[in-house]
Amino acid sequence: MVQLIDVFKAYENGTKALKGVNIKLEPGEFAFLVGPSGSGKSTIMKLITGEIAPTDGTVVVNGFNLVNIKMSKMPFLRRSLGVIFQDFRLIQKKTVYENVAFAMHAVGASPREIRKRVPYVLNLVGLDQKAKMRPFELSGGEQQRVAIARALVNNPSLIVADEPTGNLDPARSLEILMLLQKINELGTTVLVVTHEKALVDAFSQRVIAIDNGRIISDGMDGYYSYEEV
Amino acid sequence: MKRYNTGYYIREGVSGIFAHGFMSFASVCIIVACLIIMGSFSLLSFNVSSIIGQFEKDNVVIAYVSDSLSEDQARALQSQIEALPNVESAQFTTREEAMQKFEGNFTDKSLFENIDSSVFRHRFYVYMQDISLTEQTTNDIRGVSGIAEANSNLAVAQGFVTVRNIVRIVSFVLVAILLVISLFIMSNTIKLATFDRREEIAIMKMVGATNGFIRWPFVFQGFILGLAGALVAFIAQWILYTVFANMLLKSNAMSFITAVPFSSVAIPMFAVFIALGFGVGVAGSAMAIKNYLRV
Repeated sequence: MVQLIDVFKAYENGTKALKGVNIKLEPGEFAFLVGPSGSGKSTIMKLITGEIAPTDGTVVVNGFNLVNIKMSKMPFLRRSLGVIFQDFRLIQKKTVYENVAFAMHAVGASPREIRKRVPYVLNLVGLDQKAKMRPFELSGGEQQRVAIARALVNNPSLIVADEPTGNLDPARSLEILMLLQKINELGTTVLVVTHEKALVDAFSQRVIAIDNGRIISDGMDGYYSYEEV
Repeated sequence: MKRYNTGYYIREGVSGIFAHGFMSFASVCIIVACLIIMGSFSLLSFNVSSIIGQFEKDNVVIAYVSDSLSEDQARALQSQIEALPNVESAQFTTREEAMQKFEGNFTDKSLFENIDSSVFRHRFYVYMQDISLTEQTTNDIRGVSGIAEANSNLAVAQGFVTVRNIVRIVSFVLVAILLVISLFIMSNTIKLATFDRREEIAIMKMVGATNGFIRWPFVFQGFILGLAGALVAFIAQWILYTVFANMLLKSNAMSFITAVPFSSVAIPMFAVFIALGFGVGVAGSAMAIKNYLRV
């Protein structure tokens, strides 16, 4: 599913973001990637989504080797992923339905498929009653649900969420993570990047901790292990 | 391109035009202005070539046959002359016909009472394919055995060629400059649209849209703007040319010049305008979106 083998990443300004990272995520797994700001979490996210390439090492995602992937293959990698961002990244002029349908349009789905799939996904995230509303008419939690629906609509095998609760209050954050857990239980692999200790500890899931570009712990012991290092 | 995507591309392209109405209007106006200037110079060039072509037909080399040759011997030279390079045709004129023609230029016939046609020579009026080669052709004719002398109006021929070349070069340079300007303006219009939709493009890239899927709505936008500009320019060009041609027709000072009717150039001009409008629109939009696709 996701495999990072001895990955190094140095940016053009000389910053060494990753120093020999090894991560393996099996199909159907749920994992948190935790660490302080500047630890290398976002770099790992960008490597997985193909936004950047590693300086050294191997990155394999859903069968695509991202070290030597051709640009023409990149859309197909991204169709196998669902990406969720902290700032939702919704199109304000489109309705909830259109925001989700848009992701299907972009991959060339037929109108019939779109009419069938979008209501199902909106129902899954609990927004079927708000399909005609626009993002600015929704709360932060609801907007993030739209983003989750959009990430989910093309039926990806892996969902990566970059600080999905960063803009939400604790109650809404818990709801969002419970929704992601529900999606995981339906068979989708989920990787959540966060730095919210209480939230991570509320779930008994695998926690991968990173600091200063190195993996410092990887297990089922919650965020606590990271804090103790 | 999938059938059901075409409607989406067109809808998005049209909405892009109205989202930046003023820039869209400005780019159509620029395309119209550029195409009209290009068209006007092309029509000028075409008319000059047509007028020169007419003059070319009248511009001949006169080859005088040696006095020692009989009429039959003189006529026999025609095939040799016509075999020379750049010679379109050669028309034989006897010394009697030459004298009659000469007399025709004068009203006082008494001047010719004591003149015999033997003072004139048999001659050939030689028509050329390309008057820029007049000097060379005249020398070639002089080289034919039996031809005593050959004369041509070299200065006039060179004048025609110079005028035609200047008009061609000016037209070509202007067309090239105006094409670049149109392309630049079109590219900027689409750039504005892409900048406005950069978030949307980034999301499209993130969900796995191909570059083609992202590019097509902008290409349609450029295509529609280019096409609109081309159609307006063609109609405006038609009206302007017709008005100008009528003015020329009524002018006494320019009575020796006749303008080529617009109908005779309308179809190729329409095709060129549409092709240029299409080309500028599509190339401009493709150039504009290029940077946003490198993610």
